[in-house]
Amino acid sequence: MDLRLSPDDIIFRDEIRAFVETSLPADIRRRGQHDYHSHKDDVTRWMRILYSNGWSAVHWPVEFGGTNWSPLRKYIFQDELRRARAPVLDRCALDLLGPVLFKYGSRAQQERFLPRILRGEEWWCQGFSEPNSGSDLASIKTRAELSGDTFRVNGHKIWTTEAHYADWMFALVKTESDKKPQASISFLLLDMKSPGVTVRPIWSIEEGLTLNEVFLEDVSVPAENLVGTAGEGWRYAKDLLTHERTSSAVISHTKRDIEQIRRIASRQPQESACVIDDPLFARKLSRLECETIALEWAVLRSLSADQDDSSSDAVASVLKLKGAELSERAALLAAEALGDYGIAVMNDPEGHSTRYPSSLAPPITDDEEIGVSARALFRRATTIYGGTSEIQKTLIARSILEL
Amino acid sequence: MDFSLSAEQQLLQDTVTQYCKKQYDFESRMARVASDKVADRTQWKAFADLGWLGAGLPEELGGYGGSVIDNSIICEQFGHALVLEPFISSAVLSCQILASLPVSQQTMLLLEKSIAGDTILATAHSEPAARGNLQHTETRATPHKGEWRLNGKKSLVVGLSIADHVIVSANTDEGAALFLVDAEAIQSQIKPYRTIDNALAGDLCLENTPSSVKLSGPEHTMRALANGFADALICLCSEAVGAMDTALFLTRDYLKLRQQFGSSLNNFQSLQHRMAEMLVELELSRSIVYHGIASSGMSDPLRSRAISAMKALVSSAALFVGANAVQLHGAIGMTEEYSIGHYYKRLRVISHLYGNEDTHLKILSTTQGSFWDEGVHQH
Repeated sequence: MDLRLSPDDIIFRDEIRAFVETSLPADIRRRGQHDYHSHKDDVTRWMRILYSNGWSAVHWPVEFGGTNWSPLRKYIFQDELRRARAPVLDRCALDLLGPVLFKYGSRAQQERFLPRILRGEEWWCQGFSEPNSGSDLASIKTRAELSGDTFRVNGHKIWTTEAHYADWMFALVKTESDKKPQASISFLLLDMKSPGVTVRPIWSIEEGLTLNEVFLEDVSVPAENLVGTAGEGWRYAKDLLTHERTSSAVISHTKRDIEQIRRIASRQPQESACVIDDPLFARKLSRLECETIALEWAVLRSLSADQDDSSSDAVASVLKLKGAELSERAALLAAEALGDYGIAVMNDPEGHSTRYPSSLAPPITDDEEIGVSARALFRRATTIYGGTSEIQKTLIARSILEL
Repeated sequence: MDFSLSAEQQLLQDTVTQYCKKQYDFESRMARVASDKVADRTQWKAFADLGWLGAGLPEELGGYGGSVIDNSIICEQFGHALVLEPFISSAVLSCQILASLPVSQQTMLLLEKSIAGDTILATAHSEPAARGNLQHTETRATPHKGEWRLNGKKSLVVGLSIADHVIVSANTDEGAALFLVDAEAIQSQIKPYRTIDNALAGDLCLENTPSSVKLSGPEHTMRALANGFADALICLCSEAVGAMDTALFLTRDYLKLRQQFGSSLNNFQSLQHRMAEMLVELELSRSIVYHGIASSGMSDPLRSRAISAMKALVSSAALFVGANAVQLHGAIGMTEEYSIGHYYKRLRVISHLYGNEDTHLKILSTTQGSFWDEGVHQH
């Protein structure tokens, strides 16, 4: 047992830190401090900078443009990016689609799609959820009928993150009507510019835009865009949902949130002292800190566990469940630290997606305080997306406890 | 970073597990409680023969060259079996305090006898008004004809009634100091009692109690206490992890067995979810113990912050898992003859001992220092 970072890993960390320090453009860094939904242009610019250094998809296999870094180093890399508040990249493409294409995609699909993801040229969204299929994904209704060498796709996807940015969608569709639900689903790649695709924005309660509905009406998709075998889509999707075992803990975000809360609470006045001097506030922050330390060490344990060990899939549920809770608590505590302005509406001053454009704004100028109110609302979703906390508990009970 | 046990550590873990299985099954444990056998030292001598009493001490001090990792491995297994002997109080807390002092003939002799199982040590530091705060000491020591006289009250001294030697903390005019007293000479000042987990503890009512041995003065005392309690807290939290783990899986097995409303209890989703929440608490506790162990290489205040973060989290987890293990068992969980209530009682004691959640959150809140300035944990 050796619980220290090795000297080589420390050198590695310092190299990444120095790289981010010099390469992350100042304006993107400033908007990162605000922590609103990332601008597409910022993500694309940052993605290209990373690509020029060979680091736009570090967790991919080397043969597809990734690295052969250890799981710990990949974690350190992401942690350093988050430390500098660099924009979050296109996770749908990098974390979800990529691994499915390595494993089940045809050679042609790999060559057509992967390099453009790496270069930040094409943006992806995930077309899984439907109005009546949220947690229960196997019940989707969107149909794809093959005639000749073309699928005709009809259906309605919802809660589609970044569909308004996306060039492509990977979708679950029903192709085999006579089989049981799990065996009737296929995994299809769909060009968002195809005729019949309509994207309708869904504004969420923080008045920001990440979610959409996507209507698919007689959309033509070439048969060559079917991934793997028809009817196997459910299996691929399940595989993809467990691929990233540790990132759903969002630990690197929460760590920085705690530091930020401490800074805000140390400068916000309370009576004749500061918020941080209030023992009740300080207790809440300390408690959050304890749980976050524990979760980070759970992540580190998981990273060093055998990657082929299927029991670590179940641990992913623990990380997601707790990570989501801590992420929301951190956002709420930051709003509490900010006091009255923690419940004031503050539009993204540099944003281009604003639900109710208005010049009304509370007098907040500090870069890391600007987005606090909106973030506290947005994070209400953490225990819902990516599998609700209730679903995670059921998974833990079944897989780990064998109840 | 490597979380796996070395061959020696694995062997140690297996040996302790086997020993507890054979010698410390629930029935033997309760028989030992009923016949007041904890004081007879049969187990203690076996611990010594197996090398456990010196497992976490360096070779130059007569130990077997291990570290707090070895002690935490032992304690986690003790947690599964609810071992009654004051291993943490004697072999970890007291020995680590001694090991942190400048080497002297006195400390070498005490360590040698402790490692051999010939003496049981206790550390009398906590006081009624300290409420877990290690910085709070009212006990006074005054020089008297080349010796010292101690006055004050020490409370909840684990293992006190079976200890041979007691390390006592007290303030002198110069500052904090540690003294050694011979337990036999002060029997009348010891008020022994059992804690709810059937372990032995006691108060020490010092009234002009003589001590001829001053172990340390202001230059070493607080550091030695901090080191001793840091290791003791890591071991206590490891023990909690063992006890929570067994309590959780005993409960799991019970839910699969118990039939109500025409179905076994494991099919009820509210119970499944409660069990999942308990497992999360267990896994977070297991994880933060690693952070506690890793803090051994940190300097203060980060070290004390790490130890307090660990104990705060494990204290609340222990209460949650222990209480819900009883809850999910129902009435049977409240019976003295069934094991789960004993896990609850031990977890209550662990949650309180050496500072509860509030004590340690207060320390975290009032000390500065970020674990994350350096990115991924690194010390």
